[in-house]
Amino acid sequence: MATVKVSEAEKVYILHGIRDDLRVDGRGCEDYRHVEIETDVVSNTDGSAKVTLGDTAVLVGIKADIGKPRPMVPNEGYLEFFVDCSANATPEFEGRGGEELGTELSNTLYKVFNNKHSVDLKSLCISAGEHCWVLYVDVLLLQCDGNLYDAISVAIKAALFNTKIPKVHISADEEGAKEIELSDDPYDCMRLDVENVPCIVTLCKVGHRHVVDVTLQEKACSVASLIISVTHTGTVTCTRKLGGGSLDPESIFEMTEAGKRVGKALHAPLMKLLRQEESLGKTRQKVGFLG
Amino acid sequence: MAADMRLPTIQKPVSLSVSAFDRKDLVVPGDVITSDTGFMRGHGTYVDDDKLTASVAGEVQRVDKLICVRPLKTRFNGEVGDVVVGRVTEVQQKRWKVETNSRLDSILLLSSVNLPGGELRRRSAEDELTMREYLQEGDLISAEVQSVFSDGALSMHTRSLKYGKLGQGVLVQLSPSLIKRQKTHFHNLPCGASIILGNNGFVWLYPTPEQQEEEAGGFYTNLEPVGLSDREVISRLRNCLLALAAHKVLLYDTSVLYCYESSVHHQVKDILKPEVMEEIVMLTQQKLLEQEG
Repeated sequence: MATVKVSEAEKVYILHGIRDDLRVDGRGCEDYRHVEIETDVVSNTDGSAKVTLGDTAVLVGIKADIGKPRPMVPNEGYLEFFVDCSANATPEFEGRGGEELGTELSNTLYKVFNNKHSVDLKSLCISAGEHCWVLYVDVLLLQCDGNLYDAISVAIKAALFNTKIPKVHISADEEGAKEIELSDDPYDCMRLDVENVPCIVTLCKVGHRHVVDVTLQEKACSVASLIISVTHTGTVTCTRKLGGGSLDPESIFEMTEAGKRVGKALHAPLMKLLRQEESLGKTRQKVGFLG
Repeated sequence: MAADMRLPTIQKPVSLSVSAFDRKDLVVPGDVITSDTGFMRGHGTYVDDDKLTASVAGEVQRVDKLICVRPLKTRFNGEVGDVVVGRVTEVQQKRWKVETNSRLDSILLLSSVNLPGGELRRRSAEDELTMREYLQEGDLISAEVQSVFSDGALSMHTRSLKYGKLGQGVLVQLSPSLIKRQKTHFHNLPCGASIILGNNGFVWLYPTPEQQEEEAGGFYTNLEPVGLSDREVISRLRNCLLALAAHKVLLYDTSVLYCYESSVHHQVKDILKPEVMEEIVMLTQQKLLEQEG
């Protein structure tokens, strides 16, 4: 993660502020910064979304490709994640600097989605054992101001909502080999049900309190954080501890409860916004990257 | 607690004064300034095919035969006498390297800081070894530019009691072009906080010290918790500064104060919402126009 240097006195100021539930920008400990979401920003993908959370900007593109299903689960498709930390975000990511962070983020995403309910993988199957849809989810970090996990998970959920997978039908030709035909109509596609896609909430331990949506300065004052991925019903699909400091079991329990509460509250406004954006249809003013 | 999510909208900076398109002296890179060969080319220009062309986006300045282009958004170019707020990045043999948002790190020589107690003597080897006790990597200081080296790096000094290491507070990093040059950059705002508007774009907000204690020049950092009311004032000021910077309003004590006053109706955390920012900045610009007009 990009780091900023903070002086001792600034750390003390931030610590006392969090203790009194008044952070540097006036937020409480469980408030998020201003979020802006736009889908369908990249034209040559099957689904895309751009999320700006305060000063953190993340772009997700999803491409659907036909591949062979995994041998253990022949009637399911799968998702492949790749996170690219672009040098645009911070000079630390230049060259191979962002690789470590990128692999850590991708591995966490694999863990988060590694369950039967997040995405209906059976709907991605074309013919059992032979063909299935593989969704390549590519995440690009454009700007980094803390709280990458949350922004990435919201962007992935928005991009999955926006994904249009073309409908195929299989026909057998003369020799009995299966042939896959894509329908001619570009609007004839299948959408994914993203109700159960979880959102990640990062809780950082600063002093004795835990804080949601930290900025880089606040992150410099915290030694340990917990990430929890929560679905809209409050089910936790994955938890992970980051950072070199230690967390005692009681605070982990408290943080998990807080994370579940905050995570559950994220889904409703997100789905409402996505549906509202979709209902605007062609009248929506596309802002893109130069807004 | 619920996150405020919305669709993005195209942001237009609020501007009540004359539209920028009417000004004839703004150029972008590649614009031809003049085809007359009698002029000398200054910074920000180059000669292309006997035509003087701009290489940066900014306004054209002409002094007799010299034409230069002053860029609108640039790194801090220090002049002697500027007040800057910087962060120490390195502790070297007899000096500190300070980051001030310029092209090169600025330098603070050991001989340019006050010794504790205000002694006046030659710096010894022992002083060199205890440099880190005064300023470490990551510390914030306020200083004045003493001179400019030939390569453009700034040499600073904290030879007055009002400069030195900064204690508890909030740093806001903005563009240097937005800070207005004034007689003094240290202000005690009537709303209950103090501000240092560094010429390099770094603005430091801190709670007003109770009594003007024997200005130790920053040797003693007060780590007592700051009261909630002071904190709120500082957070509000910080958000107001970000709102003004987003709409490219020139920053000086009066504009910051007017913005603070226009924002009292809103909650501190709401100030950063786009529509609230627009409203506050519009009110501020109106007040400023009334004041000047």
